[in-house]
Amino acid sequence: MVTEQAKRDAAHLYGQMLLIRRFEEQCERLYMDGKIRGFLHLYIGEEAVAVGALSVVRDDDYVITHYRDHGHALARGMSPKAVMAELFGKVTGASGGKGGSMHLFDVKKRFMGGHAIVGGHLPIAVGLALAVKYRGGDEVVVCFFGDGAVNQGEFHESLNLASLWNLPVLFFLENNLYGMGTHVDRAHAGGRDIFQSADSYKIPAAQVDGMDVMAVSEATAEAVKRVRSDGGPVFLEAMTYRFRGHSVADPTAYRDSAEVEVWRDRDPISLFGKFALEQGLIEEHTLDRLDTVVEEVVAEAVRFAEESADPPPEALYAHVYS
Amino acid sequence: MAELTIRESIARGLREAIEGDDAVLLMGEDIGAYRGAYAVTRGFLDDYGPERIKDTPISESAIVGAAIGAALAGLRPIVEIMTINFLLLGIDQVVNHAAKLRYMSNGQMRVPLLIRTVTGGGAQLGATHSQSLEGWFASVPGLKVVAPSDPYDALGLFRTAVTDDNPVIFAEHALLYGVRGEVPDAHYAIPFGQAKIKRLGDDVSLIGTSRMVHVAMDAADLLARRGVEAEVIDLRTLRPLDTESAVESAKKTGRVVVIEEAWRTGGFGAEVASRIQEEAFDHLDGPVGRVGGADVPSPYAGKLEASVIPSPEKVADAVSDLFGM
Ligand SMILES: Cc1ncc(C[n+]2csc(CCOP(=O)(O)OP(=O)(O)O)c2C)c(N)n1
Ligand SMILES: [Mg+2]
Repeated sequence: MVTEQAKRDAAHLYGQMLLIRRFEEQCERLYMDGKIRGFLHLYIGEEAVAVGALSVVRDDDYVITHYRDHGHALARGMSPKAVMAELFGKVTGASGGKGGSMHLFDVKKRFMGGHAIVGGHLPIAVGLALAVKYRGGDEVVVCFFGDGAVNQGEFHESLNLASLWNLPVLFFLENNLYGMGTHVDRAHAGGRDIFQSADSYKIPAAQVDGMDVMAVSEATAEAVKRVRSDGGPVFLEAMTYRFRGHSVADPTAYRDSAEVEVWRDRDPISLFGKFALEQGLIEEHTLDRLDTVVEEVVAEAVRFAEESADPPPEALYAHVYS
Repeated sequence: MAELTIRESIARGLREAIEGDDAVLLMGEDIGAYRGAYAVTRGFLDDYGPERIKDTPISESAIVGAAIGAALAGLRPIVEIMTINFLLLGIDQVVNHAAKLRYMSNGQMRVPLLIRTVTGGGAQLGATHSQSLEGWFASVPGLKVVAPSDPYDALGLFRTAVTDDNPVIFAEHALLYGVRGEVPDAHYAIPFGQAKIKRLGDDVSLIGTSRMVHVAMDAADLLARRGVEAEVIDLRTLRPLDTESAVESAKKTGRVVVIEEAWRTGGFGAEVASRIQEEAFDHLDGPVGRVGGADVPSPYAGKLEASVIPSPEKVADAVSDLFGM
């Protein structure tokens, strides 16, 4: 028997993934038009990870992520307008136009960034968790990072410290098999099942299909529950794939199209759409409605960004110091 | 009034901070059970317990990064990095994260993080353990950098550092911990960005921070024997920098020597010298002189090492070479 709640959840998951997909497809076009500049790293193909994971955390839990952050920001409920305006470098952007694509922040939503030094935000996640524990709270810090970060010293320092001090961090690895053009097989001596390295620090760990939003959300719910009750860290690895290049400037010469096709066949959005239809979790007309709604949200975000002003000159020296 | 060493005045500042605010916690390598590599935190673990006095693994990046995270969540962590040489392993956290998060988040975040660390050479510890790198950090917007020279300033500046909502690097010179001086019992604090005139003189201005202030004072004694009256300026903070006091002194004496323990090339002294010549050029009798550390990795052998670090004699010689006095 399919409950109304299950239907609402399914529509939410589908709608969020679709929003990220359409939002970023639009970003790609805007980049080609020169409206968005700098680096633009798309999350297309990986939507099930952020959406599944963040669908089961609390509003007062902390979320922190790496530079491929649009998906996490939108899944956390950040305003698409503020995110788009940030990509346009406008004053109405999430960071007033001073952060850019890789540095999105919404502290009110406990979305703590957007960090563009690979591996650099892992110690910060540990520190957020230290503060939670110091105050006797039960919030969880969800920290996303890529397979590239695993080979940084800060990864190991952070796992060690979190485990040593029993801190409430969910280390969430998005293993999309590549760090820029370097395959994990050529970067990580421990093999593809990176989650096993958490063993070295006595951190419970599991791997999940990152193209299956339900699987991600269930695994995350379990992990978060464990962190909240035991207080210590848990490690999750989602196996996923980015359909686009590392950034929009990347022609992806380092991987063959057969590999890409295998993963595209498991597109998280169509996979879930099909599953939800079969299970009666969603109806055809709901999919259509979500399509229209998402399109309008994205169009509205672009309109907002277009119409917003550039940061004024005096913004330059604002907020260097508190 | 009490006579304290710099070590004691910083320990007093730390105790006040811990006792005055529950949000303050200390983190660092061997600050607890070992009682501090330079014995500043002796007795702290017994007095405040392991929740407030956190011994860490040897993971400078994680220590600084975790302190940043704790600061973002509203705590006021004070980190001890055993020496500034090791802060290089945490420099990404300091420069790429602590210094930038407020700006990049458009003011949504604040990072009230105090990093205490030990700077300077002169103890024959060899090239990896004898550097004075505070000037590097002083070039980074978003950071503040403090380098006191006496117990009074150390406590007064420390109190300001503790309440500052920005990342602060507090550089304590290894050879100055035992320096004694009068410290009032009554509360006082010293704002950042205010230099102090340590000695008045009309003939030449000697400008420095930290241990170089002591070198300058001794140089002033040497010069006085030759009838040259040197003014000695202790900048006290490198960022914010009190350019005005340095320029004012330069205008008065017309002759300046900037002294720093770090390498001369690209050193912070070059910044100070440059600002002075930009703003006081017409008042100067000659070029702004600079005495800095020799451009070599610091050697172990005692006499070699001594020849690397600016001495009172070198400063006095520079004054006679430059200005014929
Ligand atoms: C410390 C550091 N080194 C190098 C880079 C350049 N860089 C940016 S992203 C990236 C690859 C990261 O790969 P991964 O962590 O797997 O994340 P993904 O791009 O796959 O999401 C590299 C090398 C950087 N930003 N920071
Ligand atoms: Mg990757």
